[in-house]
Amino acid sequence: MATVYVPTPIRRLTGGQAKVDVAGANVADLIQAVDAAYPGVAERLLDDDGNLKRFINVFVNDDEIRTLDGLATPVGEKDKISIVPAMAGGSSNRTENRRE
Amino acid sequence: MSRLTRDQLIALARREINEIAPQELASQVDAGRYAIIDIRERDEFVQGHIPGAHFIPRGFLELQIEQHAPDRETPLVIYCAGGVRSALAARNLQEMGYSNVHSLISGFNGWKNAGYPFTVPAVLSEEQRIRYSRHTLLNEIGEAGQIKLLESKVLLIGAGGLGSPAAMYLAAAGVGTLGIVDFDTVDLSNLQRQLLHGNSDVGRPKVDSAIDRLHAINPDVEVIGYREPITSRNAREIIRDYDVVLNGSDNFPTRYLVNDACRLLGKPLVDASIFMFEGQVTVYQPPIPEQGIAGGPCYRCLYPDPPPPGEVPSCAEAGVLGVLPGIVGSLQAIEAIKLLAGFGEPLVGRLLMIDTLDMSFRTLNVARDPHCPVCGVTPTVTELIDYEQFCGLPASNGHVHEPVNGHVNGRVSVEA
Ligand SMILES: [Zn+2]
Repeated sequence: MATVYVPTPIRRLTGGQAKVDVAGANVADLIQAVDAAYPGVAERLLDDDGNLKRFINVFVNDDEIRTLDGLATPVGEKDKISIVPAMAGGSSNRTENRRE
Repeated sequence: MSRLTRDQLIALARREINEIAPQELASQVDAGRYAIIDIRERDEFVQGHIPGAHFIPRGFLELQIEQHAPDRETPLVIYCAGGVRSALAARNLQEMGYSNVHSLISGFNGWKNAGYPFTVPAVLSEEQRIRYSRHTLLNEIGEAGQIKLLESKVLLIGAGGLGSPAAMYLAAAGVGTLGIVDFDTVDLSNLQRQLLHGNSDVGRPKVDSAIDRLHAINPDVEVIGYREPITSRNAREIIRDYDVVLNGSDNFPTRYLVNDACRLLGKPLVDASIFMFEGQVTVYQPPIPEQGIAGGPCYRCLYPDPPPPGEVPSCAEAGVLGVLPGIVGSLQAIEAIKLLAGFGEPLVGRLLMIDTLDMSFRTLNVARDPHCPVCGVTPTVTELIDYEQFCGLPASNGHVHEPVNGHVNGRVSVEA
């Protein structure tokens, strides 16, 4: 089973789990496997056409899948898959002030 | 054992060594034929020296010369103030096997009086030598690196959670000029993590309390406050003057804006963001071929489009561990210092992921996107755009973003 590292914003869907071990032949399979266990995850990662959303990066081990074979990138038993969403936090209150 | 007077010893030395006249050295100095060594005391050297001369005080000459001239055949010119100390020193070097040593006749005084050029080096003051001694002890920084830091300018976007530790460490490190862009005032809820500001600062403009705090740490540092939001209108103007930009902003429009402005101006951007217990740090370094800098990806290479508004909760909505920006902002300060002083391997093309829940630090490789609209093969973004609109927020109509203190045009510069 490969290990999928779940980023903080999505852990609400995985019951707080930071790592999920799932089986699959490639990255797309793994996302569906995580989604089967924790419904809603795929929707957070993929757009309506099934492509990775453009503010989310996925890495197999140390490398971003765009530099590999995208969602078709094969994954092995010991591989670590990291999901890295864009985060804006710098920790002041400006966003809130702007929206007031 | 023979006994020599002072004058006899000097005369003996002069007979045994070669001397060189100022005019002859002057004709060779540009060709770089000689390695020139200044053996005077430090206080003499700092008042002016022959261009390109290495400083090795007389007392250390024999101990350190091999580091500067490992080859005994190296043509050397050594000089002191008037040509006496250098004659004695040259004789010692000959004894060490240096076969091509010259002592400068009449020394630096003769050189200067003949009207030849000299340089006055930037040096640390006595107080600075003590203040920065733990830096100058490091070979990677040394006195030259510390002087570079003192001559450097870093711009911090935001004086909040990330900007606080970054600014304080950069000030302590002696980065000569710190610019801080923040139009916020200090709120009680900031104090859990924003160490630039204290209890008595609540209600004050953040740039004001930041300036006070940074000067209390290090009065050497000039701090320039920009009490205004950074916008497409002022970004180039503000960023242009700085060597490195640190991004600690809390919203996507500013992140895209600062990325694009830094790329267009060729400025390295040390980017970081935090969320709850998790942080990301990376360096977006534009390529600068003439300096041999290959560069790496930009923010848009990683995140071509922003998330739709509301999809990613903010720290104000989800919370953030107060210590987390302390770590992440400090890492940004380290990266800035490495870039400025030119040592180590910056986080270019690498994204550091920090999860403080299981305390894992992972470094992932990130690559340039040839289709990137800003730094790709055929860029489509060649000037700053409306980033509110780009991020799906109501387009800027101006009045929301005007500085609270009413200075609409130009920057609000708060120099102390
Ligand atoms: Zn790019």
